[in-house]
Amino acid sequence: MDRRTFLLAGASSTLFTIQWRETLAAGLASGTVETQALETLSGKVPLIRKSYRPPNYETPVDLFDSTITPNDRFFIRWHLSQIPEVDPVTWRLRVGGPAASNAAEYSLEDLKKSFAQVELVAVNQCSGNRRGLSDPHVPGVEWGYGAMGNARWKGVRLRDVLAKAGLKKEAVEIAFDGADHGVTDATPDFHKSLPVWKAQDENTLIVWEMNGAALPHLNGAPARLIVPGWTGTYWMKKLVSVEALDKPLSTFWMNTAYRVPKGKFAFADRFLTQENDASTPITEMVVNSLITNIKDGERIAAGRDVEVRGMAWDGGYGIADVAVSTDGGRTWNAATLGEDLGRFSFRPWRYSFRPAAGSYVVMARATNRQGATQVNDLIFNPPGYHNNVMQRLALTVA
Amino acid sequence: MKPRFVLAAVCAVCAFAAAADEGSIQLKPGPGRDAVQGYCVMCHSLDYIPSNSPFMNRQTWEAEVQKMIKAYGAQVPPDQVPKIVDYLATNYGKP
Repeated sequence: MDRRTFLLAGASSTLFTIQWRETLAAGLASGTVETQALETLSGKVPLIRKSYRPPNYETPVDLFDSTITPNDRFFIRWHLSQIPEVDPVTWRLRVGGPAASNAAEYSLEDLKKSFAQVELVAVNQCSGNRRGLSDPHVPGVEWGYGAMGNARWKGVRLRDVLAKAGLKKEAVEIAFDGADHGVTDATPDFHKSLPVWKAQDENTLIVWEMNGAALPHLNGAPARLIVPGWTGTYWMKKLVSVEALDKPLSTFWMNTAYRVPKGKFAFADRFLTQENDASTPITEMVVNSLITNIKDGERIAAGRDVEVRGMAWDGGYGIADVAVSTDGGRTWNAATLGEDLGRFSFRPWRYSFRPAAGSYVVMARATNRQGATQVNDLIFNPPGYHNNVMQRLALTVA
Repeated sequence: MKPRFVLAAVCAVCAFAAAADEGSIQLKPGPGRDAVQGYCVMCHSLDYIPSNSPFMNRQTWEAEVQKMIKAYGAQVPPDQVPKIVDYLATNYGKP
């Protein structure tokens, strides 16, 4: 069966694997392509395994065909390999710290009873999504396009919990810890902080529900933080502690990791208490898009309409427009935006054209309401963050 | 959260390893492979090594190993470090 016949016939699972290896090879290191594989974890559809332990699995591109990413398709990302299954009945959240007046402990029921419940849709994207496409390659989890997902989250506002804790005027950061940890005490615990203003944002939530169901174990059950607009590093999974600090948090995960060279990226949101002369913590996501229904190198029959579709998202300003090019960026056409589930959500888009026989290079370019758009060339940085290079997908019409 | 019982933690690793079949990962044979398999596997599965190849040179592999020791607390005796770096650079380094 040749490739074209395969495409016309639709994806059987074995052929899908072959096709998938071939198409994902573009841009990833050869060792990455040879090592990764589709694997089915409990409660998940087959995801692309990047590492067994800690478990890191990404969502295949063609599974981003709905605005909401179902829980069983949602990517998995952990730094440390000890990830306890936490009983939601005995789970407790400790709230306190040197800059809080009233320390407290909450069960899940306490949180639900004590505070207003909120739902919102937001993209959760790993800071290093697309790291594996860096040119030159950089070390780390060699993510392709799928270290992200968009879910409807339900929980309570962190700022309500902090108000009850009584923040002192000395409070500079709010710190978060999860139940996960390393194999030895020598491994720095995954411990993160937010500036007080971001912790008090009305959209920063402690959630227990994702798309109408309890959070899956590997997505942070029984409760996690969500920080809409900001990259996943702040979205602490299996949250067990919230602490108001009177000085900046000093941990490997704040001072060394998850930082970008200062001045490389233009952001509205800055995390000033953690900045130094050389670097600054990663904050909001850059505007980006993903073409979800066309594979690089695909061949299609001439004489019929071709739809190009996908998702666009940004750091919470909202998508203003998406343009599609079929000639490698020489000319651009407006795509039609789909359902609007809020400024933190994926925004679906589509564009149709009827191509004559020939070769095409399909690209998409999202622009947000701040006027920020995607880049043609990678803004290289050693950790491989913020890759919003426009895709260039070859399409042959014959 | 800090580990309270390291032994329990190690057993949890074994249980996970068995479930996810990371034992199927085969590193290339060569001098130093035993050291890599013995020390690196304590904290993470060995697929990180081939996955991060072949784009690192000796210097970047050395930096990774030092990062594992200094930043992540990997407990590798100093005399094993050159063996590990040699193995990684030779078998998974930039050609």
